[in-house]
Amino acid sequence: MSDVTREPAGTGRELRLVGFLCNWCSYGGADTAGVGRFIQPTDLRIVRLPCSGRVNPLFIAKTLLYGADGVLVSGCHPRDCHYAEGNFYARRRLEVFRHLLPTLGIDPRRFEYTWVSASEGQRWQQVVSKFTEQIHSLGPAPRLPGAPELEWMQSGVNPA
Amino acid sequence: MATQEELKKIILDVLPDVDCVIGWGPGPEPLCASPYFMRNPEDVDYLLAGPASVHNPALFLPEYKGRKTGVVVKGCDSRSVVQLISENLIRREDVVIIGFPCAGVVDASKIAAKLGPYGEPGETERAIFDKDALNLSLGGKELSIPLSEILADKCSRCKHPGAVISDYFAGEAADALQVKDDFTDLAGLESLPLEERFRFWEKEMSRCIRCYACRNACPLCVCRDHCVASSREPHWLAQANGVRDNLMFQVIHATHLAGRCTGCGECQRACPVHIPVLLLKRSLGRAVEQLFGHHAGLDPESRPPLLTFQMEETNIKEREW
Repeated sequence: MSDVTREPAGTGRELRLVGFLCNWCSYGGADTAGVGRFIQPTDLRIVRLPCSGRVNPLFIAKTLLYGADGVLVSGCHPRDCHYAEGNFYARRRLEVFRHLLPTLGIDPRRFEYTWVSASEGQRWQQVVSKFTEQIHSLGPAPRLPGAPELEWMQSGVNPA
Repeated sequence: MATQEELKKIILDVLPDVDCVIGWGPGPEPLCASPYFMRNPEDVDYLLAGPASVHNPALFLPEYKGRKTGVVVKGCDSRSVVQLISENLIRREDVVIIGFPCAGVVDASKIAAKLGPYGEPGETERAIFDKDALNLSLGGKELSIPLSEILADKCSRCKHPGAVISDYFAGEAADALQVKDDFTDLAGLESLPLEERFRFWEKEMSRCIRCYACRNACPLCVCRDHCVASSREPHWLAQANGVRDNLMFQVIHATHLAGRCTGCGECQRACPVHIPVLLLKRSLGRAVEQLFGHHAGLDPESRPPLLTFQMEETNIKEREW
């Protein structure tokens, strides 16, 4: 990717980031951040799931191969899972899956998983900001034929 | 071969107590054997256990669950059997495992490359494997190819050429070999920059016809008619052929084998368009080895690492942000 397409976060040139959040902690945390009116980048689209243990690594594969620039998974802190152990299984699965990305030719920094509790609005703001910044520093992801391009790249506003 | 005669004797002994014994028999052409189901004593005459016995007979065992079945295994096949037992996909008491010291199996594409100037491998009139060479006649010429040049890559990193588990063993059982698997097959791909790797897969997958031969040859792909690849709800893959869906299918196959794949390489061997699909499974196998020190298919009592956890993981670093 040329440097021309690298846009710092918050310039209006959004990238396509997808978040998978557990209902009990991280989704609540994101809500707390919103209620607290913390300023956050707006690139992330959130999918709410019952538990981080619900995250099939194939969700991440599908998201990345079909046109996302980054994927963030967030759940309850270990030992705090609403279902006692969902995030323990998730942690193993996600960590193993992350090791596959370099072999596929996808930068492993495009996928992160972390833990945010419902009261950690401030921490959620930090996580989103840092993750968005990280993906912006990597630029738009290489796409396979058929994967949707970013709108601002298509319209020729920013010739890549 | 002496081992082969001993194997036949063992199979004849086992045969009365089982539904059938699965091994290898003559294939469509002299260079390749074929999976072979022995039910009658006279079938046993045609057994072929040697460098042409490429197929993994463990593939058929889940279909035979609940029926007593004998199976002749190479080292790699025995690991598939162990993995199937550890996942309770077959029962230990249902299978009679017959091992023999495997000296490696051939790679058809390597033979084809060697025969290039002389003709098609399928035109071979006669092929005889001796201890360290393949002697064949093709197009009126007698050729001899050293076995070491045509053995499959997986054989060069094989630690267990004899079965890791067996009820009968033809010949001398040997200890595990001191071979180090340093994932040199992955090193080639991983020496490329990330984007080039991505384009490598894009190029490879543009050849894929999604025939699912890789899936059907995999002894651990046990969902068969219920594979998520053909599910409509959720609709993971389009029916149409496309690079994205082709690659996505390989990711599905690889992730469903994470911590389970024993590296028998059947997926890659079965691929009609020679896509190196084993690389993805090897990558996940390496991850599981590094993170959990787990090697699939060695211990029937072991618990698959993704079906368990530790409160504090020793090798997983939490990211601080």
